[in-house]
Amino acid sequence: MAEIVSLSDGIAAVVHDGDTLVMEGFTHLIPFAAGHEIIRQGRRDLTLVRMTPDLIYDQLIGMGCASKLIFSWGGNPGVGSLHRFRDAVENAWPLPIDLEEHSHAGMANRYLAGASGLPFAVLRGYVGTDLVAQTDTIRSITCPFTGEVLTAVPALSPDVTIIHAQRADRKGNVQMWGILGVQKEAVLAAKRSLITVEEIVDSLDPQPQEVVLPSFATTYVAVAPGGAHPSYAQGYSLRDNAFYTEWDAISKDRDTFLRWMDENVMRRAPAA
Amino acid sequence: MTAAYTSDEMMTVAAARQLHNGTVCFVGIGLPSTAATLARVTSAPDVVLIYESGTLGAKPARLPLSIGDGILAETADAVVSVPEVFNYWLQPGRIDVGFLSAAQIDRYANINTTVIGSDYRHPKVRLPGAGGAPEIAASCREVVVVLRQTLRTFVDRVDFITSVGFGQGPGDRQRLGLSGSGPRVVITDFGILTPDPETCELTLVSVHNGSTAEDARAATGWPLAVSPDLATTDPPTEEELTVLRRLEATQGA
Repeated sequence: MAEIVSLSDGIAAVVHDGDTLVMEGFTHLIPFAAGHEIIRQGRRDLTLVRMTPDLIYDQLIGMGCASKLIFSWGGNPGVGSLHRFRDAVENAWPLPIDLEEHSHAGMANRYLAGASGLPFAVLRGYVGTDLVAQTDTIRSITCPFTGEVLTAVPALSPDVTIIHAQRADRKGNVQMWGILGVQKEAVLAAKRSLITVEEIVDSLDPQPQEVVLPSFATTYVAVAPGGAHPSYAQGYSLRDNAFYTEWDAISKDRDTFLRWMDENVMRRAPAA
Repeated sequence: MTAAYTSDEMMTVAAARQLHNGTVCFVGIGLPSTAATLARVTSAPDVVLIYESGTLGAKPARLPLSIGDGILAETADAVVSVPEVFNYWLQPGRIDVGFLSAAQIDRYANINTTVIGSDYRHPKVRLPGAGGAPEIAASCREVVVVLRQTLRTFVDRVDFITSVGFGQGPGDRQRLGLSGSGPRVVITDFGILTPDPETCELTLVSVHNGSTAEDARAATGWPLAVSPDLATTDPPTEEELTVLRRLEATQGA
C-alpha cells in the first residue's frame, strides 16, 4: 500500500545518487515541485529518463544533477531550444552529459515493456534513420512466425518513477485524467514510485476518461498543490504558456539561470 | 485586389490547403500545428486532427502553444495514452497525412531534426531530436512537410537522417519496408515542391506570388529541378489571412 508522506520525505526516500529516474507527464501534469525538491536535496549522477525533457530536465541538467539523459524530444514546446540541455551537450556545462536517443514510439514501447514485465518491445520504427547507428538500444529482431524483420527496444525499468496527478484518497489510490501520456506505464515499470497530487480527498468521484492507480501499485503519495506549474493539472490549473516563453530568456545565459534557480528553487521551502 | 501578406503567411496558407474534410492528419509541432488549425477553422472543418499527446479528433479554435495544451484534450473525440496513439493508431496505417516540419531537408526529402554538424557526439547545434517524426514519416499514408527555404535548411545532404523521405532515391522506401508512400509535397515560403515520379527528387512546381524560380534556386543547396509547367500559387484569401492573424495573435492564450 502506498504511504502518504511529505514531499521532502518522499523524495529523500525514493531518489538516490546514481539512480535511473523517470519523471513523466506529456505537457500536462509534469511533476515540477518534485523536480525542484530533487535539486534542493542535491542529488547527483542521475540517469534522467523522459520522452520530452521539457523545462523540468533543463533545470535538473543545468543544476548538475544528471550524467545521462534517455529521451526522444528535447525542446521547449512551441518556443524553441532547451538552452541548459544544449549547453550540456554542446559545451559540457556544467557537466558532460551522455545521451541515449530514441523516438517517441520507441520510448513509449520501452515503458510498455517495462510495465508488462517483458525484457523488450517490438515495433515498426527507426528503419533507415541515423538513430540506429548512434543508439545501441535499437536493434532488429526477426518475427518467429512470419520471418519479417522488425525493430526491438529494451524495456525501461527505472529505479524510480515520479509523476504528478490530480488527487488521491486517504488510502493512497491515485486518480488522474486528461492527457495522461505514458505515466501509468512509467509507474508500473519502476521499482519505486512517488506520486505528487493536488489534493487528498475522502472519495474519488468518477471523472471522464480517468485512470486510477491502485494504492498497492505505488510506493509513496505526497501532496503538492500547484506541483505541476508551469505545466498544468486539468481541472485545477491552466498551462502557464507565458512562463514557457519567458524560460527562453531565463535559461539562455548561465548566470541568469543560476540566479533564477537560487531565488525560485533553492531558497524556497518545499510544500509541507 | 488582395491585401498585403508576408511570405510566412503565404506558406502557412498554402500548407493549410493541403488538408481536406475527412482527412485524418497527424499534426507535428510548430508550423504544421498552425497550418492544421487554420485548415480546420476555415476550409476543412471536418479534418480529423491527431496529436502525439494522444488527442484524437481535437478541435482547437485557437492556436495551442504545445501539442499537449488543454484545449486539445477538452475538444477531442478521444484522449488516449501515448503508447496507444503510436501503436494502435499510427503504426497500422490508420492515418492519411503526417504533417511535419524540419530543420534540414535534402533533395530526397529526408528530414533532420537532430543535430547540425557532422559529429553527432559533438554537434555544432543540438536540435530537439526525433519526437514522433520517424514513425510518422514511415507509417502515415503520405507526408506533407512545411518549412522555410534557405541555404541552411535546403541542403544537398542532411547532417543526420532523423526521418526518412525517399532515402537515396527510387525504391528505397520499399527496400526499407516503410508502409507509407512518403512525402507528397513540401511547402516553403517560396513555393511548392513535389517529388518527381521517376527520380523522387524534389521539384519546384509552384512559386508564390512575388517569388521566382531563381529565388527558390538561390535558397537551395543543390541544383533545384523546376517543373516546365511551373504554376503560381493562389494568394491568400481575405478570410484565410484574417483567420490566420487572429489565430497567431492568440497563440497559447
